[in-house]
Amino acid sequence: MAGQVATGSRSGLRSALPLLLPAYLWLTVAIFLPLSAMVFFSFMTELPLSGKAWSFTLDNYATFFSQGLYWTLLLASLRLGLEVTLWCVVIGYPAAYVLAKVLRGRSREAIFLLVILPFWSNGLVRIFSWAMVLREGGILDTALNAVLPFKINIDLMYSYPAVIIGLVHSYVPYMVLTCYLTLQAIDDSLIEAGRSLGASRLQMLKRVIIPLSMPGLVAGAALIFVPVVGSFMEPRILGGRTGTFYGTVIEDQFVAVFNWPLGAALSFILLAVVLVILALASPVLRRAA
Amino acid sequence: MRMPKLTAFLTATAVFTSVLTLAATAAEVHVLNWKGYGADEPWAIAAFEKVTGNKVVNDFFNSEQEMLTKLRTNPGLYDVVMINAAFNDQAMAEKLIQPIDVSKIPNYADISPDKAGSPMLVRDGKVHGVPWVWGLTALAINEKAFETPPTSIAEMWNEAHKGRVTIRDDAVEAVQFGAIATGQNINDVRDMEAVKAKLTSLMPQIKTFWSSENDWNQMVASNQIDIGTYWSGSADRAKTHFKLPVSLVIPGEGAVAWLDAFSIPVGAKNVAGAEAFINYMIDPKFYVEWVTKVGAPVSANAKAVAALPEDAFNRKVMGDPDVAKRIQFQAPISDAQREAYLALWQELKVNVK
Repeated sequence: MAGQVATGSRSGLRSALPLLLPAYLWLTVAIFLPLSAMVFFSFMTELPLSGKAWSFTLDNYATFFSQGLYWTLLLASLRLGLEVTLWCVVIGYPAAYVLAKVLRGRSREAIFLLVILPFWSNGLVRIFSWAMVLREGGILDTALNAVLPFKINIDLMYSYPAVIIGLVHSYVPYMVLTCYLTLQAIDDSLIEAGRSLGASRLQMLKRVIIPLSMPGLVAGAALIFVPVVGSFMEPRILGGRTGTFYGTVIEDQFVAVFNWPLGAALSFILLAVVLVILALASPVLRRAA
Repeated sequence: MRMPKLTAFLTATAVFTSVLTLAATAAEVHVLNWKGYGADEPWAIAAFEKVTGNKVVNDFFNSEQEMLTKLRTNPGLYDVVMINAAFNDQAMAEKLIQPIDVSKIPNYADISPDKAGSPMLVRDGKVHGVPWVWGLTALAINEKAFETPPTSIAEMWNEAHKGRVTIRDDAVEAVQFGAIATGQNINDVRDMEAVKAKLTSLMPQIKTFWSSENDWNQMVASNQIDIGTYWSGSADRAKTHFKLPVSLVIPGEGAVAWLDAFSIPVGAKNVAGAEAFINYMIDPKFYVEWVTKVGAPVSANAKAVAALPEDAFNRKVMGDPDVAKRIQFQAPISDAQREAYLALWQELKVNVK
């Protein structure tokens, strides 16, 4: 009996192999190899490419702990990640609810299209468009002053809010899509049952809808938080002199000073910190989900 | 049965691609330079291609480090590379560039002797770089913000320009700029604390850090800045080509001067084409056209500068002996210095948060 099961599953694996192989081959070549090369680099004193002698060292990791500025930047980046995620929930969740439960047919398709539109445009184009909107004398400033009776001066460009706006715009579709999927799966009869038992709208939201859509919220938050903590393009272009974050410093190490070992070490520290945060949060999140 | 077929197919593909590559590289000159910096002007490429039959393929870099990385990781791809003289030493030490036979470059004889003989470009009698243009990292102003142009670097610290000042996001340039502001030699900064204090007090003035010509021009076009550090050639281009209200100021305290030169990478496939291209780039005819149509830094070729109108900025101001006395040419920087400068610069940027 046991032997039969074993042979059965083995032959199942064998027949599945041709289907799995392309994906695993691709993962190995495209992700695992470069990533392990980077792990290797992060323990080196010099890149072998530059033709200088090199040896193994832990100095790159020590640099992170010996210099306060990397801590400061890492904390700033984590805060940025939290704020952007929060705004994505605030904006994305209601939108997902309306899409899943209120709109039907054509209007749903149209709104859906608008939500995923940012995915179809190039990231840099999006950022430069924001630059035109946010600066003093830009589109937002001019439009508001044309409508409002009093004079206001809006110059959000090169500031922390500008970075938040740019990042939220880029990442809010993830939140809408993941929440939409879980919200749509909620059986309408559950909501009707709650209503008929006399639950208020707020109670319905707190006791039925949010708990049932939690997996989507959690997935969306993780999808947004992780890349935002390491982001560098939006802070650099929109943030001006306040736009220095952990991601921009890593980029500097790779692009400006050709110190790949330090850049790689900083990246892996970020990866470790993010994994620790996700691990610490996972019991809470699992219970919620 | 299947395997030989596959092998044959793969071999055929490989042969086919290599034949294609060979055919393609035969008359191509691959040039690595900053974008929008002379070598990629369509009219210039067309003229060069017509005369020599070589096809020009441009590739670009955004920082000297990126240029070195591209040379390291693509040996044999480039035939001509534009290198700031201060980096020539490093490129040569890493065996990225080869000695140049200047007898094949007729215009080389007209390059002013102080540039051609620069110890940064000539080692053991072998030329590793052909001087092309030189220029300044000085100040540029938004003409709308000034009735009379300022004369001192201290204008950057003037309260009136708070939040309307820009400097380049580059550690070396920032430190050297700080050295000039504190009256020090840019190639031998003794008092780093003074530079740090000076730059710290500049930070609240700054709107944002620029990294490309386009950043700078955009900010002036939308009237967001009054004054900032800028390259002389770029300021000229902003005025001539983009018709922006920009003018260059060479402060009394001095300015950082740099020399850009062309080199031929080790393993270049088309050395003859590279020599022809370099010769064309330092030719007076190309230079005058470049200055008139687009705006450019000062040519290292004395005959090319002499071919400009007498009142041209690059001849009148940049050729002024008084300016020559004030400017300091950038010398090579060691890796240790570069890392120290970057650490200082990053600290300054983090502290403004």
